[in-house]
Amino acid sequence: MYTFSNRLKIGSFILMAVGFLGIAIGFISAPTTVEEAKAIVASHDDGHGGHGAEAGHGDAAAAHGGEHDASHDEHLLHQLMNKPWAALYVGAFFFFMIALGVLAFYAIQRAAQAGWSPLLFRVMEGITAYLVPGGIIVFVILVLSVLHMNHLFVWMDPDVVAHDELIQGKVGYLNPTFFLIRAALFLGGWIFYREYSRKLSLRQDESDDNTNFKLNFRWSAGFLVFYLVTESMMSWDWIMSVDPHWFSTLFGWYVFASMFVSGITVIAMVTIYLKSKGLLPDVNDSHIHDLAKFMFGISIFWTYLWFSQFMLIWYSNIPEEVTYYVTRIADYRLPFFGMVAMNFVFPLLLLMNSDYKRINWFVVLAGIVILAGHYLDIFNMIMPATVGDQWSIGISELGAILFFAGLFIFWVFRALASAPLQPKRNPFIEESRHFHY
Amino acid sequence: MASKMIHAYYNDDDVLMHAVKKVKAAKHHIEEVYCPFPVHGLDKAMGLAPTRIAITSFLYGCVGLTVAITMMNYIMIEDWPQDIGGKPSFSYLENLPAFVPIMFELTVFFAAHLMVITFYLRSRLWPFKKAENPDVRTTDDHFLMEIEVHGSEKELTELLMDTGAVEINVMEKNSH
Repeated sequence: MYTFSNRLKIGSFILMAVGFLGIAIGFISAPTTVEEAKAIVASHDDGHGGHGAEAGHGDAAAAHGGEHDASHDEHLLHQLMNKPWAALYVGAFFFFMIALGVLAFYAIQRAAQAGWSPLLFRVMEGITAYLVPGGIIVFVILVLSVLHMNHLFVWMDPDVVAHDELIQGKVGYLNPTFFLIRAALFLGGWIFYREYSRKLSLRQDESDDNTNFKLNFRWSAGFLVFYLVTESMMSWDWIMSVDPHWFSTLFGWYVFASMFVSGITVIAMVTIYLKSKGLLPDVNDSHIHDLAKFMFGISIFWTYLWFSQFMLIWYSNIPEEVTYYVTRIADYRLPFFGMVAMNFVFPLLLLMNSDYKRINWFVVLAGIVILAGHYLDIFNMIMPATVGDQWSIGISELGAILFFAGLFIFWVFRALASAPLQPKRNPFIEESRHFHY
Repeated sequence: MASKMIHAYYNDDDVLMHAVKKVKAAKHHIEEVYCPFPVHGLDKAMGLAPTRIAITSFLYGCVGLTVAITMMNYIMIEDWPQDIGGKPSFSYLENLPAFVPIMFELTVFFAAHLMVITFYLRSRLWPFKKAENPDVRTTDDHFLMEIEVHGSEKELTELLMDTGAVEINVMEKNSH
């Protein structure tokens, strides 16, 4: 049985407090009037010698006369007002998606009746416990968006829709009521499976036959079908719809790959942490090796999808689709290509060697880079549509990361401490204990 | 130089594994073990060095990637930079996404094929090669351990009988 160490608990509280402070500062310092927004950009330009593109854009706008200038300023204000919201949303979604990725991995392990992983089931169940608070927070942010507290989703603004025929054509799907019903349905389904599977998993420990295990197997297989459909729709709703003029068919898979690899990475990191405390005595190097292989393989899978989406759009260069990448390459060059290095080149070279996959600190190092890379991935999906070229990774963004990291650690380790770390009566537990590669 | 060889036959892979460990413990050098199928852990029990074929494959992959980049950079960018459907052929980097499928395939092609050829060369396999099998039964249901006799032949035979050998043959063999 694991007890939540005080140091970790205090650490997570400090993260939450500092993060909360950062988020608050972000909201307080966001401009509320056009004048403030202009002042922020002006001081920013002075400090850094000015962004060439921005200054040029400003001059061009000025040359077009006062009317254009006013609408430009309005646009700038909206971007700066969105900034703390977008930072909060990216952080909330990133940590939520880790728990969801772990849930998918967990269901796959159960449905595939994997012989190596049952020793890690409690670790996975601990991480998926974050689905409840994380999901609720994401849902609350979506509700606040519907209530016009922010401008994350332009299609929620009736004024915008009134002048936009493209969005009008999508109103059947993209309308606030249906959007919230869908979100509630997705979250409800995922949380239900997580709680029910956890209950069956704990009950299996105390029972004297395998009925709970078999029932869990069936629910996991069923959940995977539900998950595949809802995850794809979730990615259209929560991420793709910030760019309501743009669409991509493999977007659901792409978001899935991102959450799947982040989830597996976190399983590996939590396992290594608990093992280093001597709490998982039966977990051996081969289990870590398997997780590292998954990190390696799914990183490449993510890259495959990233490239497939990018290359198809780049190659055909159809204007209505390609703007998505034009804005990203123009304004987000470093995060956009940097994440490919972090999510592909780095794990490819680090985790290719079979011996390195068994070295704990090596896996943790690769994991930190993978997680940072996938944070950037979500950042690159949300930010260009919400804050445009006003992005930065500053107090709001880091605050949100710290806050949700603290909450994630607190909730996950609290859940880990609520049950024995090793399942007792899983039919595959002996195989898992003797697993070696 | 002619030397004496002992061929010990086994009909179970578990027995063979134990026999290999015992013979190793008794400090006899095992020349070769012939099996009808891969016996998991046999290489470790015999103390064979791990294979380096994965390393060669990585290096061949690097060669393949270099070949792809050099080839396409020369053909598409340097030699005749035509405008084909508006693709930017001003520099390799600008047209890079279009080249990636070929870069990937050639990397895999070189890594796979050169590694297989390396395997054939190192394990001396080719068509019309004379089979080196000492006994046809070892391709079907028998395992054979080949040991060169240095000390007492009787002692070694007894040791092998103890390990569960079903048949033991002693023969003169011209050393290779």
